[in-house]
Amino acid sequence: MSATIENAPKIHGGGPSIESPRSKRSPRSTKTNFELYGWLFMRLSGVLLVVLVLGHLLIQLVLDGGVSKIGFAFVAGRWASPFWQSWDLIMLWLAELHGVNGLRTIINDYAERDQTRFWLKALLYTSALIVLFLGTLVIFTFDPNIGN
Amino acid sequence: MPAGTLYRGREGMWSWVAHRVTGVLIFFFLFAHVLDTALVRVSPEAYDETIDIYKNPFVNLLEYGLVAAILFHALNGLRIIAVDFWEKGPRYQKQMLWTVVGVWVVLMAGSAYPILQHSIKTIFGS
Repeated sequence: MSATIENAPKIHGGGPSIESPRSKRSPRSTKTNFELYGWLFMRLSGVLLVVLVLGHLLIQLVLDGGVSKIGFAFVAGRWASPFWQSWDLIMLWLAELHGVNGLRTIINDYAERDQTRFWLKALLYTSALIVLFLGTLVIFTFDPNIGN
Repeated sequence: MPAGTLYRGREGMWSWVAHRVTGVLIFFFLFAHVLDTALVRVSPEAYDETIDIYKNPFVNLLEYGLVAAILFHALNGLRIIAVDFWEKGPRYQKQMLWTVVGVWVVLMAGSAYPILQHSIKTIFGS
């Protein structure tokens, strides 16, 4: 005997749709543990970002005169060290992915129309590609003698 | 509206709202910040001229606001991790939020002068 109910109401339009009770398990939503890994990533990257970002703020905005000292020469001095290059690269990737996943969650929560969600996420992922590509390129190809 | 029918939440809900709002603000700043940093690949002059915007006293005040948002998001994020992974976390979530607020106030007070000193010296002379 089949357990499916004919003409059972289905809810459309708001986030991942809610299946009617006793409908077959949706293979799409249970195939991967993507959301679990996303949840875990937010917590793991969050702990690392507390250290990386607060350290960054301390150096850039608090110590040694605050914002006054920042300029090309200051950046050149810091990126002469592979340690700070790695710091900034890891911070860039973790912060951007953490932020993208956060905004993805917010879009899923508040954008009710499928079309709106699609376009907002397209914009979000495009901006993330630009930020990650440009940021990584700048850290790897930085030239302290570019002005000479 | 009849009294008592609007759900206003309490510490848990408002910290959740603040976490979202600060997260979105930080995300948009990161986008702008990667673009301004990318100017080091154009020329030292282009970078320094743009960084001068950060040294404007009003923008300097916005930087203090950015630090406020990041500090709250960081401290409350640690609280969320404690709620999720520490067995007594859910029971102490309120106390942990007030701890977050207390630490935030201390760090904001302590960093006010170091962060704003550039503007203070610009406005009131050295």
